[in-house]
Amino acid sequence: MRWGVIVFPGSCDDQDVFDSLARDMEQEVDFLWHKDDIKGGYDCLVLPGGFSYGDYLRCGAMARFSPVMGGVIDFARRGGLVLGICNGFQILCESGLLPGALVRNAGLKFVCRQVSLRVEETDTPFTREIKKGQLLKIPVKHGEGCYYADAVTLEQLRNNRQILLRYADAKGKPAPAANPNGSLDNIAGICNEARNVFGLMPHPEDACNKILGSDDGLKIFSSIAAACARGEARHG
Amino acid sequence: MGEERENPRAEPAVTAELVAAHGLTPDEYAKIVKLLGRAPNYTELGVFSVMWSEHCSYKSSRHYLKRLPTEGPQVLQGPGENAGVVDIGDGLAVAFKMESHNHPSFIEPYQGAATGVGGILRDIFTMGARPIASLNSLRFGAIDHPRTGYLLSGVVAGIGGYGNCVGVPTVGGECYFDECYNANILVNAFTLGITTHKRIFTGIAKGIGNPVMYVGSKTGRDGIHGATMASESFSEEKERRRPTVQVGDPFTEKLLLEACLELMEKDYIVGIQDMGAAGLTSSSSEMAGRGGVGIELDLSRVPLRETAMTPYEILLSESQERMLLVARKGTEEEIRRIFDKWDLDAVVVGHVTDDRLFRALFGGTEVARIPVAALTKDAPVYQRPAASPASQDQLQHLDLAAIPEPKDLGVTLKRLLASPNIASKEWIFRQYDHYVRSNTVVAPGADAAVIRIKGTKKGLALTVDGNSRYCYLDPYVGGAIAVAEAARNLACVGARPIGLTDCLNFGSPENPVVMWQFADVIHGMRDACVALNVPVVSGNVSFYNETDGTPIYPTPTVGMVGVLDKLECAMTPWFKSAGDLIVLLGRTREELGGSEYLKLVHGLTRGTPPWIDLKMERAVQGCCREAIEQGLLRSAHDISDGGLGVALAECSIIGPEKPLGLRIENHEMIRGDALLFSESQSRIVVSLAEKNLGELEEIAARYNVPLQVIGSVGGSRFTIQPLLGLPVEELRAAWAGGLTDRVK
Repeated sequence: MRWGVIVFPGSCDDQDVFDSLARDMEQEVDFLWHKDDIKGGYDCLVLPGGFSYGDYLRCGAMARFSPVMGGVIDFARRGGLVLGICNGFQILCESGLLPGALVRNAGLKFVCRQVSLRVEETDTPFTREIKKGQLLKIPVKHGEGCYYADAVTLEQLRNNRQILLRYADAKGKPAPAANPNGSLDNIAGICNEARNVFGLMPHPEDACNKILGSDDGLKIFSSIAAACARGEARHG
Repeated sequence: MGEERENPRAEPAVTAELVAAHGLTPDEYAKIVKLLGRAPNYTELGVFSVMWSEHCSYKSSRHYLKRLPTEGPQVLQGPGENAGVVDIGDGLAVAFKMESHNHPSFIEPYQGAATGVGGILRDIFTMGARPIASLNSLRFGAIDHPRTGYLLSGVVAGIGGYGNCVGVPTVGGECYFDECYNANILVNAFTLGITTHKRIFTGIAKGIGNPVMYVGSKTGRDGIHGATMASESFSEEKERRRPTVQVGDPFTEKLLLEACLELMEKDYIVGIQDMGAAGLTSSSSEMAGRGGVGIELDLSRVPLRETAMTPYEILLSESQERMLLVARKGTEEEIRRIFDKWDLDAVVVGHVTDDRLFRALFGGTEVARIPVAALTKDAPVYQRPAASPASQDQLQHLDLAAIPEPKDLGVTLKRLLASPNIASKEWIFRQYDHYVRSNTVVAPGADAAVIRIKGTKKGLALTVDGNSRYCYLDPYVGGAIAVAEAARNLACVGARPIGLTDCLNFGSPENPVVMWQFADVIHGMRDACVALNVPVVSGNVSFYNETDGTPIYPTPTVGMVGVLDKLECAMTPWFKSAGDLIVLLGRTREELGGSEYLKLVHGLTRGTPPWIDLKMERAVQGCCREAIEQGLLRSAHDISDGGLGVALAECSIIGPEKPLGLRIENHEMIRGDALLFSESQSRIVVSLAEKNLGELEEIAARYNVPLQVIGSVGGSRFTIQPLLGLPVEELRAAWAGGLTDRVK
């Protein structure tokens, strides 16, 4: 399979995603420059973390107008897999590919720490290889990662089982103390209704090797790889 | 670009008052007139004032800095460039440096600290290295001083705001609080970058006729005379100098970083330098100075963000995120194309000349014409008077018999753990991205940070250290300990030191006591560098850290870098396993002078700091490193502020898992507070499985290091027989809340 990692001006984690996929997973990966069209057959596009266009306005608000985003939206509509991490998640919300918004952390400060995440749904290409209820140890690092949506949207997310990851304590309970940013319902990651677009605040690329404290991030990337191998991702 | 600009304002006449307002003495002015053969005009006066400022010229420190050892087989680039560069094997090299941004951070904490980070990042990538890790060393006033909370919050947010956005992890640092910094905080920023031997760039101008190009942000009026401000003492008046603080734009820095590194893949650059302090003036004249050439600049071509800027303002602006480079003739178009991709300006603003003159034109008129040497090697060098104060002997006098021992040493230990100088710094480092670039193996909170080097089996260890109380009481010993302790931090993670950088923060060099402190600190640092075989490869001096005549304590901060040949051996300070033995390497003496305990509990900053035997220091570090390399240890922790008691508590409570208690039954028979809180040097506390003790004893014997099994790990209580015993959770709570609860 082929992965495309989109590089916006101000992307910071693009190289980390690239390295995790290329080195730890031995995958075929290309960088895709934000000013270019998306050419060639990609199976999964990754919108990495960082501060696209400086994020001096609302996070992701500029990036959604970037030339590459037209191609990303088309790709998603055709059923291609799109993964947005941190700033990528923010951009997916801004561009309407995912519902809701990411607002300033409840503590008003940037938060960098390891968190544990409970996997809520496994019938998606992003979580297929993980057991339901399993805990993943993956770090967060963001200033605006508090997930917010109106009551109706939230209800839809629950009914459609679109909440894929919740912040949880060591026992797996989505307790308030385990929530690093005040996200509604301890939401750490959601997918769209069609289940081919996934956004999450934690950084799986920073948890792909035991020497870094965890390799749980690989479980997400290898789920995607396995789904593509089985031909579940249709975008042609 | 084509339009001719005219100097929008008439230049003021150069008078004695104007000369004094530029921070130049009458003697210095006379020297300028002699070097030029005439009186300078207003623009030239401005150029001299920044280039001859303490900040740019090192005029008071140069004489002493020469004493520091700067050589070693691994050193590829020593001091004098934008950063030092050291070989780490596999064809790779690291560039690193530390720099101060003290005065701006006191005036405007967020922007001051942010632009400090921006400046040090540029110093690294201008060498061709990609920045992969930052550290910082911070000093604030007393925790309950009304300004401390505001300054701490602003500085930490500024460091995070800038570093996080540029995508360089802040992997460690240190932070201390003391009244001596109430009106003059210290913000020292360190960055390390990685490159190959083949890709090292320097700030040199060469090749007559080669174009001089300006890349990055446009020039505004921000930061004019920043370098001069950094070369003056503070007074109430100076707080009004907010406009001299620059404003940072980390997004543009990120673009500049990527564009420069992309450009450096090609063979287009002759030399490149950051426009830092004194901006266009210092970058161009220093590059010309190193190359023995001249430079002609056409200021009309400099991209501006404000209208009606004068040549004086353009030359002296310290607008951020700008670089100056000398390109190979004929590559201008290619360079422009790369910067276009990143939406940045790249403009030819001049060329290299053979006349060894710094010349600036504006609207076709020559506005400055100065021999390059007058701005660089002919700048004044002073050997200022130095004298120890008469009160020093009295300061060093400490009658231990008159110091009462606390009744409950358990309570005292908790107080120390809750001291903001010792307590958890989590409130600070939570705000820094320490994972980006996905290399972080040992995150903030250990003796040293450890990062991996992708594509190799190696790791790098990084630390910053410095104890200004020791330096105040005995500058020589304090200077030596600053170096020794940084190296000990590296030994505790298993790394071998390869080089250091320093920030030397002192009061006014015009004060003989300060000069004496400076000279003695350098002397101590030199002796420790030689004994531990660590060269100084870069650094920075910050004088005039005083307010209304009261200097800060002399504060050298040392940033040290080490290599781990086997990354998987990287050690951490916390206990891992119940039943492990606890072993003390080194010996505890009754040395309470200058200790955190004496200050916190008895309100005293006096006595002599702990003595340091550099031979023993080297042996203890070697022993610890070898034991780690052989896989004998489960933890290793440096004993420093707060002594053995605090170090043992930290081993119990600072780990990511649940705290592990201990029982200590065997120790030296000295007074209890000294046993627990003496800061005797050259000590490391380690834990290991009992079966490895024999091998550790063999190594210690070979190094001639005193070794004592003092107890064992386990349980939920922290017991030191017969002095104290309490639940380990109580210690954890005191330590965890000590800083966090006081800054909320």
